[in-house]
Amino acid sequence: MNPPPDDAERLALGTRAPGRRRNEALLAEGLRNDFPIFRHLVRGRPLVYLDSAASAQKPQVVLDTLHRFYSEGYSNIHRGVYLLSEEATRIYEGTREKVRRLLGARETREIVFLRGTTEGLNLLAWTLGRQRVGAGDEILLTHMEHHSNIVPWQLLCEQVGAKLVVAPIDDTGALDLAAWTALLSPRTKLVAAGHVSNALGTVNPIKTMVQRAHALGIPVVVDGAQAVPHLPIDVKDLDCDFYVFSGHKLYGPTGIGILYGKAELLEQLPPYQGGGDMIRSVSFARSTFAPPPHRFEAGTPDIAGAIGLGAAIYYVESIGFEAIVAHEQALLAYATECLAALPGLQLIGTAPEKVGVLSFVMDGVHPHDIGTLLDAEGICVRAGHHCAQPVMERFGVPATTRASFGLYNTQADVDALVAGLLKIRELFPQ
Amino acid sequence: MSDLRDLYQELILDHGRNPRNRRRIEGCAEAHSGCRRAKGHNPLCGDQLTLYLKTDSERVVDVAFEGAGCAIFTASSSLLTDALRGKGLAEARDLLRDFLAMITDENAAADPARLGKLAVFAGVRGYPVRVKCAALAWRTLEAALDGAAEASTE
Repeated sequence: MNPPPDDAERLALGTRAPGRRRNEALLAEGLRNDFPIFRHLVRGRPLVYLDSAASAQKPQVVLDTLHRFYSEGYSNIHRGVYLLSEEATRIYEGTREKVRRLLGARETREIVFLRGTTEGLNLLAWTLGRQRVGAGDEILLTHMEHHSNIVPWQLLCEQVGAKLVVAPIDDTGALDLAAWTALLSPRTKLVAAGHVSNALGTVNPIKTMVQRAHALGIPVVVDGAQAVPHLPIDVKDLDCDFYVFSGHKLYGPTGIGILYGKAELLEQLPPYQGGGDMIRSVSFARSTFAPPPHRFEAGTPDIAGAIGLGAAIYYVESIGFEAIVAHEQALLAYATECLAALPGLQLIGTAPEKVGVLSFVMDGVHPHDIGTLLDAEGICVRAGHHCAQPVMERFGVPATTRASFGLYNTQADVDALVAGLLKIRELFPQ
Repeated sequence: MSDLRDLYQELILDHGRNPRNRRRIEGCAEAHSGCRRAKGHNPLCGDQLTLYLKTDSERVVDVAFEGAGCAIFTASSSLLTDALRGKGLAEARDLLRDFLAMITDENAAADPARLGKLAVFAGVRGYPVRVKCAALAWRTLEAALDGAAEASTE
């Protein structure tokens, strides 16, 4: 259920709040109209945007909120004794409550504003990682991780003399859960896993993984960048210790992201960056630090970004995840069927549990050629290694083409993709 | 995709599918010898190639490459080898300069007589992210001529 907008929401959203929307609107494929970018032509053609896994387009309500905040309500937060600053602080902190609700967290102090998923994972590597991981210890990852859930841990391992252990995935791109479980050991001091793979679309069994890791007392960090836009999240139910995601993939602005951490664990973490707003008191002899979440929010944060993220959450909740999941899963099934029927096309990532991500290769055509040729048709896809080179290596391909869906995509987008790929097949006969 | 025919012309598609001189030249040392070998790497997309350049004191005797990537990259490497065979070393440098100017500089007038078949790559200038694909073999040639072991498009 979606509670009515609070004061902060009304101020942020102004008079153009979308209000409750009936789920049928999705099936009627009307959401596209909420996104002004689709009114513009790209290369003289209507935009077919199939790269939401890289970043999602922004609905009007997010743009309006940013504009209203900067033009009517802007000031710094947590500082001014004047009305404008109080209001800005109230909306900013109100967004923290919206994020808490979105993730099902217990308390708002468990929600930290950051730049994005990458910063969240780096913060955890340098605070939690430094606390828990030492020489000879192990950090358990999966083979499907994004570089941002590999490299921070790798840097940590190099510094402290620890080791990355990587659990295998099967030929469908699903985690080999038995093998993953077998790799948990007394040396494992930390588990990090993506909730959803950006390159394959695979949804990982996070709840089971958390239960098994916790049975050995190992904390679990979840990279939720690709999950939050597509699945309802309940961190209490998952029982993960940390969960991070980025606003820009959830139809919000760039430059804002979230770190969720269980309150008792965040309490134990040292500061990540020092500066204003994260302290209790400062002297040249010694500084003391604010409790979470402010301990981890040094300096003036991306205030507008946070408030824009709040508007994005409001937008997504007004549609509801039940409708979003139904729509995207139907689209995924349709697209999978269409693409699988194309000659010489091989899908990479066919796990039973997936979100709307279709990675593929075509005989005799390099993904970069596919990307350029589709671009000429006004179709945006990603071509390359998707910041997941180990996944490419696992499947023995240098790169793939990836089409990924957001809530605004329709069957017509899939049809355009298929038509584009058929033309490419003509240009590059098998 | 009619506008894309500027980029994906038949000659490029042909050399992309059936690259010429994709082979190793045995006995090439890395620097300053009659047969040079240089490696090229495009960190953005992972394309890699090895270029073999066999010269006598004045001209290119043989040139070949190993590597696989997109059609633009493969065709560019293939056409480079075709264009270079038998060329004088100074001529090779001129060709290199003219080719890179053609794909990167709007104001460069491609001289069809000098660039010959290579003029087919003029269209790549309209696709900035793909310029590196067309340039990689040529940057590697530059490294080989300079006696360097490696080139990168970064």
